[in-house]
Order: sequence, then C-alpha cells, then structure tokens
Amino acid sequence: MRYTVSELQEKADEIREEIIKMLVNVGSGHTGGALGAADFWTALYLGGLVRVDPNNPWDEERDRVVLSAGHYCPAQYAVLAEMGFFEKKELMSLRQINSRLQGHPVVRCLPGIENTSGPLGQGISQAVGMAIVGKRERKQWRVVCFMGDGEQQEGQVWEAYMLANKEKLANLTVVIDRNNMQIDGRTEEVMPLEPLRTKLEAFGMEVFEVDGHNIGSIMEVFAKVRMVYERPSVILLHTIPGKGVGFMEGLVEWHGKAPSAAEAVEALSELGKTKDD
Amino acid sequence: MQLVEDLDRVEVKAMRDGYGEVLLELGKDERMWVVVADLMESTRVKDFAKHYPDRFVEMGIAEQNMMGVAAGMALEGKIPFVNSFACFSPGRNYDQLRVSVCVGKANVKVVGGHAGAGNGEDGANQQSFEDVGMVRSLPNLVVVSPADYEQVKRATRAIVVHEGPVYMRMTAPARPVVTSKMTPFVLGKAQVLRRGGEVGLIVSGAMVYEGLRAAEELSGKVDVEVINIHTIKPIDESEIIRVAQKCKRVVVAEEHQIIGGLGSAVAEVLVKEGVGVKMRMVGMSDVFGESGKPEELLVKYGMSKEVIIKAIRELVGK
Repeated sequence: MRYTVSELQEKADEIREEIIKMLVNVGSGHTGGALGAADFWTALYLGGLVRVDPNNPWDEERDRVVLSAGHYCPAQYAVLAEMGFFEKKELMSLRQINSRLQGHPVVRCLPGIENTSGPLGQGISQAVGMAIVGKRERKQWRVVCFMGDGEQQEGQVWEAYMLANKEKLANLTVVIDRNNMQIDGRTEEVMPLEPLRTKLEAFGMEVFEVDGHNIGSIMEVFAKVRMVYERPSVILLHTIPGKGVGFMEGLVEWHGKAPSAAEAVEALSELGKTKDD
Repeated sequence: MQLVEDLDRVEVKAMRDGYGEVLLELGKDERMWVVVADLMESTRVKDFAKHYPDRFVEMGIAEQNMMGVAAGMALEGKIPFVNSFACFSPGRNYDQLRVSVCVGKANVKVVGGHAGAGNGEDGANQQSFEDVGMVRSLPNLVVVSPADYEQVKRATRAIVVHEGPVYMRMTAPARPVVTSKMTPFVLGKAQVLRRGGEVGLIVSGAMVYEGLRAAEELSGKVDVEVINIHTIKPIDESEIIRVAQKCKRVVVAEEHQIIGGLGSAVAEVLVKEGVGVKMRMVGMSDVFGESGKPEELLVKYGMSKEVIIKAIRELVGK
C-alpha cells in the first residue's frame, strides 16, 4: 500500500497514539524519544524507504534496519505492527512477562528485529559488520542504523565510524535523532556534542540534516543518500522529544518515564483520540 | 588415552601456532571471517589475512567495535573469529560480548591469546588471570581452554562446528606439547589422562603438563588420577563426580585466578551433587602479577608442578 506524504503524517500521529497506549498500559518505558522519532519510523517503513516484507521478514534481499538506541523500540514496534509484521494487539504486551516485545529489543525476538540493543553504542558496530559483509559480497541490500544523539558519547561509536570510513560503506546510512536530550538533561549540558556535524565529517561521513518531523523532507534526504558513493552517510534528524503532546515536548523528564492514566488521556485527546476508542 | 609417550621428551610449541595453522586450513569454508585489533602477527592470523583478504578485517585498536562488528557478521550467517589478547578481549569488550554476541547467540568465536602469564614481561595489566571467571557466567557461551598446541588445533576445528558463541583462551609462549594428533577431542567431554585412586587432579590449559609431571613424580607414593577439563563450560559434571566419589580428594590447578575459574566450576558441581571431598585449588591467589618471564611468574605465584605436589601431599597427609 502506498501512502501520500500527508497520509503518512496522519499515520505518524496514529503511531504516537499506539506508543502512548503501550507505555501507559505497562507503566514504564521511554516516551519522549519514541514520540519525537515517530515521523521518522513511519516514513522509514510505511514510506517505503527500506525494502522489507512483513510476509517474508527474513528475506535475504531485505534491507537491514538496525536499532542501536534500544529504548526507542516502542516506536519501531508500533510501526512494525502497522506494517503487519505481527498483530497490533500484541503491542499491549510491551515489557511484560512472557512477551516478545522486550523493553530493549533482542535479535529476532520479533519478525523485523535485526539485532540486540540496550547498552548504547552497540548497534552501530553490528550495523557496520553487516554492511561490510553486504559490500564485500556485492549485495544490493542496504543497512540503516538508528541512533540517539546522547549515544554519540560512547567511544565505541567513533570506533565504528572509523571502520565504516575505512571500508567505504556507502551501503550504510546512520540516522541520529538530534533531539538534544538525554536522561540527565540537555546533551550540550551533560556532555557537549557540538560541533557534531564537523566531527562526523572529520570521520569521513557524508552528513545530511533534516527536519525530523517533515516526512516529505525525510524522503527527499533518503533519495540523496542513495547518490552517495564510497562513503557512509549520516542523517542528523532534528526532532523535538515528546513531539505531538504539548505537555511533553522538549522536557527532559519525559525521556525515561511513561505517562500516568490521566496524562495518557490528555495526550491521546491532543493526538485526536481518547484512550477508550 | 593417547598422549605423547615420554614426558621427558616433549616438543615445545606455541598454542597460537596451532591456531594459526588451523585457521588457514578452515579458511576454505566461505563462512569463515577473521577480525583482529592490531595484533595480526601476535595472534597468528596473518596467513589467513594473506590468503583470504576478502574475509579479513583489520579493526585497528578498537576491541569494543571489533566484538560488535563480529556480531553483525554472524547475524549475516558468517562465522567470525575475534582475535586479540585475553586482557583486551574479553577484558575490554565484555559488555559487547554479553549483549551483542551472547544474548542473541551470535555465532562468534572469541579467541583470547596470551592468557594467564602469557604477556609476562609486559606486566600485570597485560596479563589475564580473570578471563574465565568473567565469561563463565555468560549464558549461551561455551568456554574452552585447550592444553597445548595439538589440542588447540583440535579445539579450533571443534568450535567452528559448534553453532553458537565460544570463548577459547590460549596461553603463551611455547609450552610442552603433551597431547598428540591421536588424542580424542570432544567439546564438553573431560579427558582422563592418567588413572589413579587416591587424589583426583583436575587441570586445564598449560597446567595439564605440570599436573602430569606432578602425578609422575608422586608415582609409587600417591596414586593420582589426572583429568583435563578443556571445556570449562559446559563442564563435564559426570566425570568430575566420578573421580571425586572415587578419590574423595580433589586438587584443581589452572593458570588463572582461583576465584571464579575452573576450581570454582568444579566446586559448584561437587556441592550441587553433595559429594563430600577435601579440596585444594592451585592458581592465582587473588593478586595481580608483575613483570617477569611467564615461567618465572608461574613459579612465583604458585602455578607449578611443585605447588601441585605440595597440595596433593597436604590432602593425603604424606
């Protein structure tokens, strides 16, 4: 099914509603980042920026989507369910005992989950390993690795960038959610990352920047990434954590907590629906 | 048990040489990949790199990334071998081993070289007496500690066939070779190297040789059964229980910290089964090493034939 950009923007708000429902249901999880990245995850899968098939989730020729910042998983889970990788009703089992929807994803715990993540910085290395295999074996599939901006503080990440540059991994696209927020506060106060673009360029990456809430722009930037040869690309996705729910937007306190029942009702009503429907 | 015939006339060879030879031989299998963190010569992966450059990646001095990259390769159906010194891998990249490799059972083979007193002259911080203790608690991981050059070759072939993550430790430098091409090797299966009824001497790695020499020297005075545990996890419980029940006295010797190593693993089995034994453990006694030749360190820190003999004599009271 093909969606228009405006339909995708509507879908992204539906994904936000699912995220709120999942998190309030279990009473824990990371709200801010998942809401902020909902437009991106919607564009990535429902906008067809990666070639994946819910009916054949482990097809050899699929593009590999690697989530490095595992705490964003509610957004990815919700979009995978929307795509039909598994049934939507399973979303409500997030973080609960006997569930396939782990608090931080484990490789192949669900159709579409390519890797294990949690301790930050580990997904990018796995993505680089996949991309080296893909490149050396001249595969057509590409690797997209999603990371947080706070995650860039892990030394392992820069080790991985050095190798990606050395191996000229044009089949690797790194997406960094530049929402300026991490658990302890604003990134520039906790551990300054700027000038991030300059640092990434110095490590040999082709860097793009995009408004992470504009799905049309996200699709355009992915088209540009495909034209990059002989080097890996990074997309700095400028987002607002908590996007779509006014009382959460830009507030660090929503990084790592779930809404209460009352807050969820308010959030869902703002997103256009009530919790009961 | 087909060991070399005469312990007085053994070849002295490095474990890593056996590893490098078999790695090259296994390279014919296109699933085999090799990654290394700036120790191509020391870890003996150079020949593989030369013959199979398309399946070799020099990672630079970046052990954490190396482990994660290997996990990614394994997710693509490859069998990557991760190479460094044990003090760095798994010393430096334990979390990557745990999360990127072990949680998802990625088919990664981690080979820690220069374990134990291996990096003698380099001093305490390049030695690795803790690696077995670190990795033994990781679910899904097989832990192997071969006895010598020949056994490393057998073990390397065996861990490729095993589907799932493996850690193999090798000590350095050249050590006596006591097993032969004929010595059987089955992952998870202990080897009785010498029969005896009074003391069960359980050994692994380079302590296999020291243990055999100790048993030989005590011959006629104390009857010692020598058992090589080359696979520390999963451990051969039935063989340990059998020798403990028979001898009622057990000595464990390893080139590793006493805390958390093979001795601990053996004790866990015996306690669980309620086998009452007197036990002594030979190994590093909760201290770090220092600079010195490996053989000097083993003597100074109590991992030698003499210390094993002393422990056995204490147990039997003669």
